[in-house]
This record gives sequence, C-alpha cells and structure tokens, in this order.
Amino acid sequence: MTFINYASKEINCKIVYYGPGLCGKTTNLQYIYNKTSPDARGKMISLATETDRTLFFDFLPLDLGTIRGFTTRFHLYTVPGQVFYDASRKLILKGVDGVVFVADSQEARAEANVESIRNLGANLAEHGLDLATMPYALQFNKRDLPSLVGVDEMYRVLNFKREPTFEAIATSGEGVFDTLKSVAKQILVELRKR
Amino acid sequence: MSPANFVLYEEESKLLFDGLVRLRQDANARAVFLVDKNGQQIANAGDVSQFDITSLASLTAGNVAATDGLAKLIGEREFSVLFHEGEREHIHISIVAKRAILVVIFDDRSSLGLVRLRVKRANLELERIFEKMLQQSGSSAVAEERSQDSPFAEITDEDIDALFRD
Repeated sequence: MTFINYASKEINCKIVYYGPGLCGKTTNLQYIYNKTSPDARGKMISLATETDRTLFFDFLPLDLGTIRGFTTRFHLYTVPGQVFYDASRKLILKGVDGVVFVADSQEARAEANVESIRNLGANLAEHGLDLATMPYALQFNKRDLPSLVGVDEMYRVLNFKREPTFEAIATSGEGVFDTLKSVAKQILVELRKR
Repeated sequence: MSPANFVLYEEESKLLFDGLVRLRQDANARAVFLVDKNGQQIANAGDVSQFDITSLASLTAGNVAATDGLAKLIGEREFSVLFHEGEREHIHISIVAKRAILVVIFDDRSSLGLVRLRVKRANLELERIFEKMLQQSGSSAVAEERSQDSPFAEITDEDIDALFRD
C-alpha cells in the first residue's frame, strides 16, 4: 500500500526481499547500502541473531529523487528465511507494494527455493495479495558458486508469469541494482494506473 | 491486486499535526509521532530533529506487529498500549483508529500517568480525524474531485527512467 503524502510531497513504497535461509537477501541490501550515496539512503537496521542470521527483518530506506515534485522513497525490507520464523515473515509482508524473490542457485537449495516461494504465495494471500498481479522480480543469486542448477531449469521451476528475472552475485553486486530497479519501476507504473 | 493507496492530503495533515502539537504540550513530552501500521511516518511534533524518524517509524511498526502476534497467541485481539521505560527516556505507544500508531517520547519532566491521561484524550480527537478521512475516501464525489488533481496519472516512462539514472 503506497503512502502518498500531499502535505510533505512524498511517495513511500515498501519492497520486501523474500527467499529461503542464507539465499542472500541481507547481502542484497548491504550491497545497495554500500553503493548508495549517503544523501540518498537512511540508516540500515538489521535485527539479527548473534550469529548474524536475520531474526526479524533488515530495513533500508532509499530516496530515489523526485517525480512530478514528489520525493520518491522506497523502504526495503528482508524477511528471516529460516522456516521456523514464518510468523515474522507474515508480519513483514503487511502493506507491501512489491516483492523480490531471491533464489539460491545451488543444487542443494533447489527444494528450499520451491518451499519458500510457496510460503510467499500463502503468506501474501493472508494479506489479500496475489503474486500473479503485483510488482514482482525474481533473482537467481550465487551464480559464482559450484554445483549450480542451470538458469533454464531454475526459470522453468520458479518463474510463473514471465516476471523479470535476473542472475546475480549479491556479494559482488552483480544483478543487485537491476533487480531493485525492475521491481521499483513496476511499483511506479502501478501507481500511474490507480 | 494491490490494495488502495493510503493518501494524506494537506487538510487532514494539518488537523493531525495540530492534534499532535496539543498532545505534546499537554503531556509535556519531548516528541510525538504518528506512524502508519505499515511503518510509514504520517506526522510528528516536537523536538524531532535528533531522532532518526524513518527508523523510528519502521521499528515501531515492527514492534507493534510482533506484539499483536503475541496477543493473538494468548487469545487477545491486541495489546493497545505498549510502554518502554529507559533510564532517562521513555516511549509510550498506543493504537489509534485501528490503523495508526501514536508514539510519545518523554523524559522525567513528565510522567507515565500524565502521558497516559493525555494520550487517551488525544486518541479520541485523532480517531475523529481518521474517521473523517475514511468517510471522505469512501465518498465518490470527494474522491473524484481529488483524483483529478492526482499528479501520478501523468507519470511518463521517462519520469520513471530518470529516477534510475546514475
């Protein structure tokens, strides 16, 4: 649910990075944070365990500039990927405008990707949302690691509406901004329609 | 299937701001914030320059969402008030009109009792403003008049691309 404030001339949108545990959601946000000018970003907040696993969420506010006189802000969130944090994942999806699904390209995580994307669909449905009709981008992360599933095979299994799909290596930044731009653009196009 | 946007116009923004200013004065608080349950800041009053408002809004919404989850686990609908007590600074959090969160930051120049009392009164006033906002957004005449002023219908692909140029 985009928040449009006519008094302060701001548009605020919420993007959630979803995916299985250790797929690189937090790494996506960390790369964006490191490569964005301090004027254009707020503080990155990570609510993590002592072992740096996301416990509740990561949060990064980004200011992309103005559009028709309105400051355009994107609030990026990650969810905790580990299966047993499902209650937290549901909470974070509240009011989401667009979703990025970060899939782990390693063979050993193929099943975890499928389980997580099903979980995403179910949790969105609880908020009355449907992945089929909302801004959405798919990222195949960790393309630099050994024992990968082929891109075609991942596309066949995970892509279901010809959503924009990106190969990525989040640690070095490859594909990170392309993914973000894709979902952010879709959100703004939606705004124009309403 | 995205839900409708939450739109705040200048008139309602001014009413909310005036309500927050009064609450801050009456409660002798340092700062008062109104935050959407999704984590967006709606309005604020008082000594806000030293706070990271965006982070505060996001964490408050996360806090309320997690506490709501806890309430449901024990069969409660919600916990309508949260209080965090620090050594010098304290935060009082309450739900307004089911959709917004009222955050009062105060120190030892005020007291929890005073803040609770003033928040109760302010809640009634803020709820009336939210009700009016909901009525107007439901009114087709008002919605149509306002949608004609919408600057977003005319956003071009070029406008959007311009945001992403390095």
